[in-house]
Amino acid sequence: MLANVVLVFLWVGITAYVLLGGADFGAGFWDLLAGSARRGAEQRHRIEESIGPVWEANHVWLIFALVVVWTGFPAVFAAIASTLYIPLTAAALGIIFRGSAFAFRKAESELWLRRIFGAAFALSSVITPFFLGTIAGAIASGRVPLGSASGDVIGSWLNPTSLLGGTLAVEVCAYLAAVYLTADSRRHGEHDLAGAFRVRALAMGVITGVTALAGIAVLHSDAPGLFAGLTGRGLPLIFATSAFGIASLALLALRRYVAVRMTAALAVVAVLWGWGVGQYPDLLVGTATVTSAAAPPDTLVVLVISLAAGSAILVPALVLLYSLFQTAPRTRRGS
Amino acid sequence: MLVLASASANLGAARAQMGLSLGWHIVFACLGVGFPALILLAEWRGLHGDVDAMRLARRWAKVAGVLFAVGAVSGTILSFEMGLLWPGLMGTFGSVIGLPFALEGFAFFIEAIFLGIYLYAWDRLSPRVHLASGIPIAVAGVASAFFVVTANSWMNDPQGFTLTGGRVSNVHPFVAILNPATPVQTAHMILAAFMVTGFAVAAVYAVAVLRGRNDRYHRVGLLLPLAVAAALTPAQIVVGDIAAREVADRQPVKLAAMEGIAHAEAGAGEHIGGVFINGSLQYALVIPHALAFLAKGDVNATVPGLDSVPAQDRPEAVTLIHLAFDTMVAIGFLLLGLGAWLLGSWVRRRRPPASRWFLRGAVLAGPLSVVAMECGWITTEVGRQPWIVYQVMRVSAAVNPAPGLYWGLVALVIVYAVLTTVTITVLRRMARTPERIPSERAT
Repeated sequence: MLANVVLVFLWVGITAYVLLGGADFGAGFWDLLAGSARRGAEQRHRIEESIGPVWEANHVWLIFALVVVWTGFPAVFAAIASTLYIPLTAAALGIIFRGSAFAFRKAESELWLRRIFGAAFALSSVITPFFLGTIAGAIASGRVPLGSASGDVIGSWLNPTSLLGGTLAVEVCAYLAAVYLTADSRRHGEHDLAGAFRVRALAMGVITGVTALAGIAVLHSDAPGLFAGLTGRGLPLIFATSAFGIASLALLALRRYVAVRMTAALAVVAVLWGWGVGQYPDLLVGTATVTSAAAPPDTLVVLVISLAAGSAILVPALVLLYSLFQTAPRTRRGS
Repeated sequence: MLVLASASANLGAARAQMGLSLGWHIVFACLGVGFPALILLAEWRGLHGDVDAMRLARRWAKVAGVLFAVGAVSGTILSFEMGLLWPGLMGTFGSVIGLPFALEGFAFFIEAIFLGIYLYAWDRLSPRVHLASGIPIAVAGVASAFFVVTANSWMNDPQGFTLTGGRVSNVHPFVAILNPATPVQTAHMILAAFMVTGFAVAAVYAVAVLRGRNDRYHRVGLLLPLAVAAALTPAQIVVGDIAAREVADRQPVKLAAMEGIAHAEAGAGEHIGGVFINGSLQYALVIPHALAFLAKGDVNATVPGLDSVPAQDRPEAVTLIHLAFDTMVAIGFLLLGLGAWLLGSWVRRRRPPASRWFLRGAVLAGPLSVVAMECGWITTEVGRQPWIVYQVMRVSAAVNPAPGLYWGLVALVIVYAVLTTVTITVLRRMARTPERIPSERAT
């Protein structure tokens, strides 16, 4: 029972990371495609302003997910981290480059240096979600068994399902970012920019949808267990994803930028929870379930209390952060 | 057999990778703990009419924006490494020491959230509310340092669980967090964080003053952080003394390595410097009976030596541990001297020492404080070897047996070399652009 509560906290954390941290990576994706320094200046400025105050807080969701796994399901964490050390190292290096290059670019005014930092920020924003996606694919296709490095350290993440996971992760991040940036641009009165991000959101929405459809065939042959879960217990959520995805495209077409934030996010949430529901109660397919891998009850009790108490502080603080930067500044800067 | 072979090959690489990542991150972590309070102190003075202090607060906030970003991401890789380097530790004991990390996670959230607000909302909040928005960063910084160091102190003094057949039961997370090593180790680290921040920031302005930029802005930038760091130094030395006695009590082999005691000594002397050759310390300066008194409170007490345990239970790098410990202590007293100089001058003449040697000392104190902190870290970490969990689990039993693990170390060495160079370059370039206050905030 308690282990299930911890699992829900974990999945909420991962969902928040995908919706918030994922969009920050997606912003880097668009930064990469924004074109030459002059042509892309407006877009890059909007991206920098939008993610600047929030990316570090959004990033903490990843750490939150890690610590919840290693406290609540220690053996699962050890198995995942040891077998998948290659994509994890790649993602970690991507995270280092993304965060520091973003901060360096903001501190720097010289164009050629800004270009280098910008390129590092943008490239690592694509690499990181890709590798995190391969990790999701490895776990979902049952390639990570319990134990220290018991799985294939290469084949576990270099396979059709992992590549699908990596591709979808990059696309989902880019899609969410484009949707969020559309509304952000309009709020700042940058209507041309809003139009540009709208087109990007529409395109990426279609691409993501097509990838997901093609992915069904991949999963059918490469990960039959996952396929069965998604088309069995997870089916209502997969339908929900399709419905939200189509609704999002319609809302974008109608320029309903605030409403589409909600539906686009819900489409992503439904995929994540569809996977979770389809795989439950296995955490590592065939070798660890939520009850078999759970920490001793004393730990779970204290962990659940800590998570609940921590959330009571965290949620208001997050609301404060987002609401503060979703409103216009009180005064203009002197310079 | 194959798995065992790669596990032993991985051990050195994994230790080097962890040491590099931690030793690198800890500098940024210290600044993350200490800098917010310093910035708030300057902003608070600024709100009371000190324009120079306000300019410093603005400048430091910008620098903190860069430092904290690098700190946040270099800290993240450590949480990955806990599992990808040490699955044996996390898989077995995650349920015992996971809780402080979970609590630290919430502290990170608060830090990151209010850092975003503090750095980006100067023009969205009133001056007083802006100052208040920085307080959670300072509090959460200290809290996260406390939580993460409790996990390390647990590795030195593991409590709160029963281990049977490789599985833990009877887990008491709060007993684990509040183990006997926690009070001194957390206090020692948090004080070190404030000292590193204070001395490092002061050093930057000491350089500027030495180069002739002897205006009030640079003098405040020198004296404000220096006063904070110098004031904490005596407290740090007292805490350090308690910590050493704690180690003497709970980890006698680590103390023997720190103090260079090869064989049990009655009325042990304090060994300063020297190297271990053929298992005993040579060329050391010995103060008779001093160690017995410091460690046990009795000039004739017996201090156990390294050979009190079998060779396979002793750390290997005993010279490194001994010299790292000595270096830390020596620097601690040098910093104490610098602070005493400042205090003496202030008491007699109400102003800091005019001597250029004082400024040179303040310049040196910056890097020296970092060296002392790193040496302290080496002492406690290398001194715990060969145990990852003292007398419970060996480091070799915790390491990831996956083939090719050392390539991660190679990648990390390259990345950190680049990152170090770039971070220093960016900070130096930032230092060259003067800080202005937007006009409406000048008063």
